[in-house]
Amino acid sequence: MLTDVQQEELVYTRPDALAETFTHYCPGCTHGVAHRLVAEVIDELGIKEKTIGVAPVGCAVFAYNYFDVDFAEAAHGRAPAMATGIKRVRPDNVVFTYQGDGDLAAIGMAEITHAAARGENLTVIFINNAIYGMTGGQMAPTTLPGQKTTSSPCGRDIETMGMPLKMAEMLAGMPGSAYVVRRSLHNVKEINRAKKAIRRAFDVQLAGLGFSMVELLSSCPTNWGISAVESLKWIEEHMLPYYPLGDYKVLPEVEAMR
Amino acid sequence: MTKELLKGNEAIAEAAVRAGVEAYFGYPITPQTELLEYMSRRLPELNRAFLQAESEVAAINMVYGAACAGARVMTSSSSPGVSLMMEGVSYIFGSEVPCVIVDVMRGGPGLGNIAPSQADYFQVVKGGGHGDYRPITLAPATVQEAIDLTYQAFELAEKYRTIVFILLDGNIGQMMEPAELPPMRAAGGRSNSAERSASGGHRAAWALTGAQGRSKNIITSIYLVPEVEEEYNLKLQAKLALIRENEVRCAEYQIEDAEHLVVGFGTSGRVAQTAVKQARAEGLRVGLFRPISLFPFPEKRLAELARQARSFLVVEMNAGQMIEDVRLAVSGQGPGGSTPPVKFYGRMGGVVPLPDEVLEAIRGIAK
Repeated sequence: MLTDVQQEELVYTRPDALAETFTHYCPGCTHGVAHRLVAEVIDELGIKEKTIGVAPVGCAVFAYNYFDVDFAEAAHGRAPAMATGIKRVRPDNVVFTYQGDGDLAAIGMAEITHAAARGENLTVIFINNAIYGMTGGQMAPTTLPGQKTTSSPCGRDIETMGMPLKMAEMLAGMPGSAYVVRRSLHNVKEINRAKKAIRRAFDVQLAGLGFSMVELLSSCPTNWGISAVESLKWIEEHMLPYYPLGDYKVLPEVEAMR
Repeated sequence: MTKELLKGNEAIAEAAVRAGVEAYFGYPITPQTELLEYMSRRLPELNRAFLQAESEVAAINMVYGAACAGARVMTSSSSPGVSLMMEGVSYIFGSEVPCVIVDVMRGGPGLGNIAPSQADYFQVVKGGGHGDYRPITLAPATVQEAIDLTYQAFELAEKYRTIVFILLDGNIGQMMEPAELPPMRAAGGRSNSAERSASGGHRAAWALTGAQGRSKNIITSIYLVPEVEEEYNLKLQAKLALIRENEVRCAEYQIEDAEHLVVGFGTSGRVAQTAVKQARAEGLRVGLFRPISLFPFPEKRLAELARQARSFLVVEMNAGQMIEDVRLAVSGQGPGGSTPPVKFYGRMGGVVPLPDEVLEAIRGIAK
C-alpha cells in the first residue's frame, strides 16, 4: 500500500551541482561516490555558479555531463595546464581538475608536478584505482607489485616496471603545494573523511593559499575482475598498506583555517 | 604615428599587446625567444597574465584553458616546439575556441638549427595534428606586415572561433626594420571599458565563466557516436569553406603584363621581389605573386593568373612544399585547359636564397 511520501522528512537528495542524468560508470565503481562528494562540497560552499571543472581522458572523460557546472574537456594528462590557463585569466573562479592515475601519474606527470610546484591556486581530485579503466584494465603507474592487468598478465614485475608511484607523497614535496592528502572510498567512515578533505581542498583555493590535491583510493570491480564488495575489501587489504592514508602536506596557513 | 626601428619578434609581441591580448603562455626556443621575454616584462605591467610554461605541451594547453575561459590569448614557438604543440592545436580546433599562435620557423628536421627556414609549411598549413582541420595561416614578409597581421589575427580567430597561425621564419623574427605600431586597445580588444562593463564583461556566451544565471557551458571535442562526430566535422568544414570564401590575402608585384610569375611567401617572396625587379631591368616580363594567407590559399587568383602566365617559378626555403598548392591551383587553368609548367627553386637547412640565385632561376624559365 502506498504512503504519502510528502509527509516524510527528506534526508537525502541529489546535490544541485550534480546533473539529473545517468552516468556510464560500471556498477560498484567509486567514481559515483567521488562525484557526489565533490558536488556536495560545491553546494555547501555555494560556489556552483563560479566553479569551472576540467575533465580528464579516462573513465571520467564525461564528468562534464554529470556535474552541473561549467566544464572543459582536456587532452590526456593536460588538465592541470588547462586549469592553470583558466585560473590565470579568471582568478575569481573556482577551478578544479578531476583526474585518474594514468592521466595524472603517467602521461600528465609534468603538468601536475609543475602546477603543484608553481603553487597554482586550483584543486585536484585524483582518483587512484591502480589501473587504466577506460581502455580496459592495463597497468597504471599506480598498479601494485604483482597485480595482474591486461598489460601485465603475469603481475606487475617491479624488476622491469619499477614500483608504483605515490603521488600524494611526491606532490607534497613540491614547494608550491598547500594541501595534499590521501583518503579512501572503501567504507562510510573513510568516505566521510574524504568529503572533509575535499571541502578543505576547496577552502584552501578559496583562501588563495595555493595548490590542493585529494588523492582518493578507489575501486575498479570491472577491471580488477572481482565483485563490487570484494573490491572495497581489496582496497583495504592491498592498497592501504602501500598507499597509507594521511595528510602529506598541510601548510601552517591551512592548519590555521580550522 | 611615426615609424620606429623594431625587431620582428618584439614588434609582434607589442602588436599583440595593443590588440588586447590578455594572456601569453610560452616556452623559450630560438629564434622566437625575444617574444616571450618581451611579454614577461610587458604583460605584468598591464596586469595581464604571463606564464613561462614547463614545456610547449603545457603552454598550448594553458592557451587552450584560457581560450575556453573566453580570454584573448596567444603563444609563440619555433619548429620543434610547434611539433610539441600539435596535440593541443588539434584539441583547440576541435573545441572551437579562438587563439593566436606565432611560429618562427627554423631549420629542420629534428633539432636542425636556428637559422631561418620555411620547412614547416606542411606542418602548419596542412595540419600537423590529428583530424581534419586547418588553421588560418598568415605569412608576413616584413616586420610591418607581421605587426598588422598579428593585430588583426585575434579578431579573425574570434570571428571564426578558430586558430590563427602567424607563420614566419627566423629572418623576420630577428630582423630590425622601421615600422609603425597600431593604437592600443584595452585587454580583450574592446576599445573602452564602459562598453565592457555595460555588457557585464566581454566574454563570449560560449565561454566558461561559471554558470551564473544560465545553464552550464561545456567545451569538448569528443562525440562518440560516429554520425554525430561526422555532423560535427561537417559543421567544421562549413566554417572552413566560409574562411576560404572570405579571408584570402595576397600581394602582387609587376603582375599586369607578366608572362612569367614567381610565387613565394614570407622571406622567400621578399627575396624573389628583389630578383623580379632585377629581371625587369633586364627586360624580362616577370611578376611576383606572394600568398599572405597560406590557408586559405589564394587558389582562385592563381587560377586566373594561369591564363596569362606562360610559366611559374615557386621559390621556397624548403624542398618544395607550397609548390604543391600552386600546382593544384594552376592545373588545367591555362589557355584551352592546359597546365602551365611550375618550376621550383629552393634552399634548405636555414640557407636563405640570394636574389642573384632567384634571378638566375627566373632567366631559366623566361628564356
